[in-house]
Amino acid sequence: MTNSSAAAKPEPEYFGRLHRRLATGGFAVTAEVVPPRGATLNGIKRIATHLREWIDAANITDGQGAVTRMSSWAGSLALMQAEVEPVMQFSCRDRNRIALQADLLGASALKIPNILCITGDHPRFGDQPEAKPVFDFDSVQLLWTARTLRNEKRLLSDKKLSVAPSWFIGAVENPSAAPQRFRAERLGKKIAAGAQFFQTQFVFDVPIVERFMQQVRDLGLDKRCYILCGVGPIRSLRALEFLSALPGVFIPEHVVKRMRGVPEDQMEHEAMELCSETIQQLREIPGINGVHIIASGWDDFIPEVLTRANVGKRQHDDPAAPSEHVERPTPASTSSSSGGQASAN
Amino acid sequence: MRRYGVLNETTGMPESAAVHSQAEREIAGSHEVSPRPWKPKASAASLFSFHRVLEPNFVWRNMARGIEAVPPLYKAFTWVEEKTKRQIFGCRMCAQCALPTTAYACPQTCPKQLRNGPCGGVFPDGRCEVYPDMKCVWVIAYERAEETGHIEDLRRLVRPIDHQKWGQSSWINYWRGRDDDLWTEDDGLDDPKSL
Repeated sequence: MTNSSAAAKPEPEYFGRLHRRLATGGFAVTAEVVPPRGATLNGIKRIATHLREWIDAANITDGQGAVTRMSSWAGSLALMQAEVEPVMQFSCRDRNRIALQADLLGASALKIPNILCITGDHPRFGDQPEAKPVFDFDSVQLLWTARTLRNEKRLLSDKKLSVAPSWFIGAVENPSAAPQRFRAERLGKKIAAGAQFFQTQFVFDVPIVERFMQQVRDLGLDKRCYILCGVGPIRSLRALEFLSALPGVFIPEHVVKRMRGVPEDQMEHEAMELCSETIQQLREIPGINGVHIIASGWDDFIPEVLTRANVGKRQHDDPAAPSEHVERPTPASTSSSSGGQASAN
Repeated sequence: MRRYGVLNETTGMPESAAVHSQAEREIAGSHEVSPRPWKPKASAASLFSFHRVLEPNFVWRNMARGIEAVPPLYKAFTWVEEKTKRQIFGCRMCAQCALPTTAYACPQTCPKQLRNGPCGGVFPDGRCEVYPDMKCVWVIAYERAEETGHIEDLRRLVRPIDHQKWGQSSWINYWRGRDDDLWTEDDGLDDPKSL
């Protein structure tokens, strides 16, 4: 625009688009993509094409709800082929430490730029409650493992890695779950273990997030990580009942009343209104760096809600899709401690 | 055919996660793959005091060494330890006791066996997501830690357990100094620790 590219300032290294958006102080948008129950990539590619210009990255869930679906690495790869940056979810439910480390290395070798370390839903809720729950590690220990592999270039067994992996490490938190006074502390534990960004469970009650973020700021943790708040639509009465029964999801009375108060054919409109209001309110809370939208299969929801909430389309400055990046060395700022938040907000 | 996914009317949870009979619990005992939250049968304050008596010293160290040298004695000692700790803590004999970091509520009785705090599925009123008729063991731990001024302990990062040690005596392991590195000394925020 002004000078030639030769005169441009050297850019700091980023793990990917999501990291760049957050590190440069932007308001990030991620979405959740549930991989198909079937041996095809078509669904993921269709969603990716639809959402590409609206989001910074998309999560690929890992056996969400303890129901078998396509693996998250395969889904992540499909997203990258469709030029959407993936956040690969890693659950501790199905793999022991040997397999977790193996898949962590695989993710980096495939140039998957973001990982999300979670404990995972208990098999009791899934379609195969008779399965053996592994839980060799918990989410904190998995984060710790990821940081060890990346920053110390070794396995937990102390064996050296030929090439250190490189990803932006994420974790989850749920401000609504008990004990609420411990939730910010737990966020701190995850940061200490290696988490650089967080995505939260669905949030329908903004005051809970305000209280949570107050605790986060009091502990000084907002300067050490990026936080994306989970939002999503309550599309129908069935969805309302389903979400209310979901462990860890809290829908306050006033939201239930509001959704039940509209005729069935108006619910989609109301869900859109409610979610865009929530996004706007969340954006005002200091320390919230973005939203994570869980649209549960409602493809048109994300573009529309972002338009209403004045978040708008993304402009991806980087010329190439993540899959075409050649080498992404670990940024120096993340060598020892977590995050290193430059100037968010 | 719908085998799963039927919601229980009272708890609103899948039927498979609903209340279980006492008999069912006893049959499963410590061998079930998904343990159940256990409310300790002794106050946190009394256990913190008792722990001070058990801290490794010349006497305990030598006793531990002596017991370990005689396998039948070790077996008997471990048997007594198991019976006692099962009664009080719902102990499952992981042999790497994390009780001092959790105000003596055993994290191995969490269905997901989380050693670093509660999962995100705990109900707002503190019930366990897997066993909604029970209180989350980490909520119990938090309340006990808060009551006795030990919230700091919950901030420590607890390392993964060594699954080769199941069934060993954790008291002997403790006195022999094998437990020294189970968790970090502080919250590790300013000085990240290696795993």
